[in-house]
Amino acid sequence: MQAVFPLFFGALLFCTGIYGVLARRNAVLVLMSVEMMLAAVTVNLVTFGSMAVGAGDLILTGQIFALFVIAIGAAEVGVGLAIILLLYRNRATVNIDDADLMKY
Amino acid sequence: MEMADIFMLLIAVIAGGAALFVVTSANVVHSALALVVVLVGVAATFLLLGAEFLAWTQVLVYAGAVIVLILFGLMLTRAPVGPVREDNDNQRLAFGVSFALFAFLMVLIVTSLGDTTLLLTVTPTVGLAEFLYVEWAFPLLAMGFLLTVALVGAVIIARQEEGEGPLPDDEAYIDHSEVAPVRAGDSYAEPGFDPPRTTDRPTGVPARSDV
Amino acid sequence: MISDYAWVIPALPALSAVLIMLFGKHMKGKGAEFGIAALGIAFLLSVFVAVEVFSANVQAVADLEEALHSEEGGGGEEGETEGALRPGQSVFDGVMVATTGLDGLRLAAEGEAIEIPEGISSFVNDDSVSLGTLGEGFELEAGQRVDGLAAMMFLLVTFVSLMVHIYSVGYMAGEPRYTYYFNLLSLFTMSMLLMVIANNMLQLLVGWELVGVCSFLLIGFYWEGRSNQSAAQKAFLTTKFGDIGLMVGVVSLWAQFGTFNIAQIIDDATHGLQAGGQTLDNGWLTFGLISLFIGAIGKSAQFPLQTWLPDAMAGPTPVSALIHAATMVTAGIFLVARIYPVYQQSQAALNVIAIIGVITLFAMGFLALVQDDIKRVLAYSTVSQLGYMVAALAFSYTAGIFHLFTHGFFKALLFLASGSVIHAVHSNNMEDMGGLRKYMPATFWTWIIGTLALAAVFPLAGFWSKDEVLAGAFTNGGYTGTVVWILGGLGGFITAFYMARATTMTFFGDFRGHSGHSTDGSVGTPHESPRSMKWPLIILAVPATLIGLINLPFERFHPTGFSAWTMFSLEYFEGHPAEFVVPLAIGSTLAALLGLALGYLMYRRYREPARDPFNNMGLATTVLQRKYFLDDLYSGVIMHTIRDRISPAIYWMNDNVIDRFVYLAGSSTRALGGGLYRVVDQKGIDGFVNGAGSGASWTGGLIKFAQSGNVQFYAGAMFIGVFVFAVLFAAAA
Repeated sequence: MQAVFPLFFGALLFCTGIYGVLARRNAVLVLMSVEMMLAAVTVNLVTFGSMAVGAGDLILTGQIFALFVIAIGAAEVGVGLAIILLLYRNRATVNIDDADLMKY
Repeated sequence: MEMADIFMLLIAVIAGGAALFVVTSANVVHSALALVVVLVGVAATFLLLGAEFLAWTQVLVYAGAVIVLILFGLMLTRAPVGPVREDNDNQRLAFGVSFALFAFLMVLIVTSLGDTTLLLTVTPTVGLAEFLYVEWAFPLLAMGFLLTVALVGAVIIARQEEGEGPLPDDEAYIDHSEVAPVRAGDSYAEPGFDPPRTTDRPTGVPARSDV
Repeated sequence: MISDYAWVIPALPALSAVLIMLFGKHMKGKGAEFGIAALGIAFLLSVFVAVEVFSANVQAVADLEEALHSEEGGGGEEGETEGALRPGQSVFDGVMVATTGLDGLRLAAEGEAIEIPEGISSFVNDDSVSLGTLGEGFELEAGQRVDGLAAMMFLLVTFVSLMVHIYSVGYMAGEPRYTYYFNLLSLFTMSMLLMVIANNMLQLLVGWELVGVCSFLLIGFYWEGRSNQSAAQKAFLTTKFGDIGLMVGVVSLWAQFGTFNIAQIIDDATHGLQAGGQTLDNGWLTFGLISLFIGAIGKSAQFPLQTWLPDAMAGPTPVSALIHAATMVTAGIFLVARIYPVYQQSQAALNVIAIIGVITLFAMGFLALVQDDIKRVLAYSTVSQLGYMVAALAFSYTAGIFHLFTHGFFKALLFLASGSVIHAVHSNNMEDMGGLRKYMPATFWTWIIGTLALAAVFPLAGFWSKDEVLAGAFTNGGYTGTVVWILGGLGGFITAFYMARATTMTFFGDFRGHSGHSTDGSVGTPHESPRSMKWPLIILAVPATLIGLINLPFERFHPTGFSAWTMFSLEYFEGHPAEFVVPLAIGSTLAALLGLALGYLMYRRYREPARDPFNNMGLATTVLQRKYFLDDLYSGVIMHTIRDRISPAIYWMNDNVIDRFVYLAGSSTRALGGGLYRVVDQKGIDGFVNGAGSGASWTGGLIKFAQSGNVQFYAGAMFIGVFVFAVLFAAAA
C-alpha cells in the first residue's frame, strides 16, 4: 500500500480539525475537532510505525505511541467536558467567544 | 494500485467527508454522529495497516466511550439541538490556516514519501503486549496515573459546589412572588420597613407572598 | 552607660503610639495599657539615666573641689593624699569669700574667678547618627544630648505623662474616641521627649513643631464644639506665630555658627567665635537669640502671645495638665535653658527675657481674679508662673529650670485635682461648686497641697523654687533684677490670693449645685473620683510637697543638690553659689500667707458672681475681663486695620498703580507669547508631542485587536506559527 494514502487521510483529518477548532463557537464542537486532530496523529503514528516494520524488525513503537495518544485523548475529553460543564454552569453558555473576559 | 489502496482511498473519502461535515454542520448532534463515522474510519485505517489491537481499542474507546461522553456533554449543557449558527467570525482565518497547512503537508508528503510503499503485516497482539508491558512498563504506569488524575480532576471540576448558585434559568429557583415597590419612595432596603397592607395597595398589584 | 540608651525614652511612647494605632481598639484596655506601660518603662529608664547623670555631675564637682584643694595645698604630691574633707566643710569656703558681694559674683559669672582644670567637666552624653548629607558637607543628624537638663526633663515629662495616662483611664472612661485620645497622648509625649533629647537645633525644631501639632489635636479633641475648634486653631496659630521667630532664630544661629549642633554652637559661642573662626558679632547673636525667644514666647505663653493658653482649656483636663505641667509650655523655657551659655553672651537678650517674664508674671496673675472657670484660674496661674521661670532665666539658669521642675509637679497636681472636681460636678464653673471638701476629701487635700505649693508656702516645693527665683534676681541687682524681685514678690501675693479664692469657692461653703451651667443638667451630690484618678493625685502630692528639698539654698547642700545635678558647666556652677536671702524669704512667705488669708476671708461667704468684689470694680474689672484687650487688639485693631484699612489701600495701589505696569508688561508679553504659541509651540513642539502620543495611541489601537479575548483567534495565531515553523523545518531539511 502506498504510504501516501493514509498520510493524506491523516493530514486531511488534522487540517479539518484545525478548521473546526478555529471556526466553531460551541465548545463541545471544538472538543470534537480536537479529538479529530488526535485521531489524525494516531493515524500518522501507526503509518510511520508500519514503515519501520517494512524495514524488517518488529518495532511497534508507533502503535504503542498511538495507544498512549488514545488514552490521553480519553482523559482529555473527560477533563475538557468537565471544564465545559463548569463554564456552562457559571455563564449559562457554551459559546467560546462569550468567554472573553480577557478582552482588551 | 492494490486492493488496500482502494480501500484506503474509500475510507479517506468517507471519513474525510464526515470530518468536513463535523466541522460545518449546524446541528451539534449531527456533528457528533458524523464524528463516529470519522473515528470508525480511523479504526478501519488501523485495520488496513495491520494494527488490529489498536483498531479495536479505537472503536471501544473513541467510537464508544468518548462519543457517549460527548453526547452526555451535549445533553448536560443543553446546547441547542436544532440548527443554529455554530460558527464564529474566524472562518476565513481558520480556512486560510488549515488549507495552507494541508496544502503544504500534501506537498511535503508527496515529494518526500511519494514512492514509499508499506509492507502490510498483521501485528501480533501478543508481541504488542510483550512490548508494552516490558519495554514500556513505566510509561504505561505513568499513563494509568494520568488517567486516574484526570478522572479525579474531572469529577472535582464538574461537581456542583455546595452553595454554588442554581442553574441560571432553573424554574424552581426563580421567585415569581417579587413585586415592584408598593409606593414611590418606599424602600424595602430599610430595616424594619413594613410594606403597607392590602387596604392602601393600588389595584392590580399582587400581595407579597413572603411578608 | 545607661545614658547611651536614652534615645529609648522617646522611642517608647512612639512605639506605644504605633501599637495603639494598630491594635488599640482590640485590646482590653482599648489601648491605654500600651501608653501606661511605655511611659512606665520610660519613667524607670529616666530615673536610671538621671541617677547616672546627676551622680556624674556631683562627682565632677567633688573632683573639682579636690583639684582646687590640692592646688591650694601647694604641692602636687601632697594634694593627692590630702583629699578627704571634713564633712560640712566645702573647699569653696575660700572661693566664696572671694566672690561674696555683687562684684565678685559678676566676675564669677563671667568665668574669670575660677580656673577649671582639664579633664573635669559636667556630664554630657552627646551622640548622633547621620541621616544623610545635604549639599556641601551639611550633615542631617538625629542625635541625643543627655546632660543634667535633659535628664531632669526626662524625669518630669515621663512622670507627669505617666500620671496623666493613668488618670485619663478614669477621666476619659466612656469617651467614644478613647483609643484615639491615648494615641495622641503617646504622640504628644513622644514629641516633647524628642525635643528634649535633641542634640541639634533642627531636631529640636521638629520636636517643637510636633508638640504644636499634637497640642492642636488634643485641644481640639472635642471638635464637635465650635468654640473648641477655634480654641485649637487659636493655640496652633498663635504658637505658630512664635514659631516663625524660632525658625528665624535657628537659621540665624546656623548662619553665624555654621552648624545646627547644640554642643558646637555652645562651644563656639562661649569662646566668642563664629563660623570660620572670626570673632562673634554680638548684634547678630542678639538678633538670633531674641528671635529664638519669640518662639519661646509663643510656646510658653508669654506676654503678649499668652492669649491661647487659657483658651486651650477647651481640651480634656488631663491634657491641660500635660500641656501646662510638662510638655508644651515648658518647651519655651527648655529652649532658652538648652542654649543658655549662648544667651549668657548677650546681655541684651537676657534683658528682653527678664522684661517679658516680669510683665507676664505680674500682669497675668490679675486676670485669674475675675475667672469663674476653675481651669482658667489655673491657666492664668500657669502663665504667671511661666513668667517667673522666664524672668528667672534672665538671672539664673538653675532658678529657672528648678522652678520649671517643681512647678511641673504641683501644677499637674492642681490640674488633675480640678479635673477630678469637674468630673464630679460636670461643670467647669466654680459657681456650680462649693463645699466639695465634704464630698471629695482626697481631691480636697491634694488640691490644698498643690495650692500651698503654688502659693509658695514654706516648706512646700514652690517655696524653694520661687525663693530661688527672687533671690537670684535680688542678688543680681541692677534695674531689671530689682523690678523682678519686687514684682515677683507682689505676684506671689496675687497668686496666693486667687488660689485662695478658687479654693474657697470650690471646696468651702455649701454645695451650690448646678445653676444652669452644667452640661447634662443632672442634680445630685458630687462623689469622690474613681481610684485611677485618685491615686495619681496622691502620688503627685508627694513631689509637690517634697521636691523642693532637693535644692536647699544652703552652701552645705549646694555641691550635692539640684544645681549641681543639672549644671551645664562647672564654670557656671562655680559662679552661682547658693543664695538664701532671709528677709526676702520671710517677706514672700508673709505675702503668700496674707494673700491666702485674705482670699479665704473675702470668699468665705461667696454666693453669686454679681457680688464678687472683683466683678464690681468698674473699669478695672472690664480691663481684666477683656484680658487687657489683647484679644481685642489682635482680632479688632490689628485684624480690622489690616482687613478694612490697609488691605483696601493696598488693593487700590495694586489695582491702579502696580497693575498698570503689570498690564503693560503683560500685554506686550502676551502678544509676543501669542506669536510664539501659535508658531513654535502649537505647530512645532506640540506637533512632536501630539505626534508621539497619537502615534502610540494609533499603533496601540491596531495592536489591541490582538487581545480580542477570543481564544480561537489566539489558537489561529498559534497555528499560523505552527505552519511557519513547519515550512522553516522543511526548508532546513
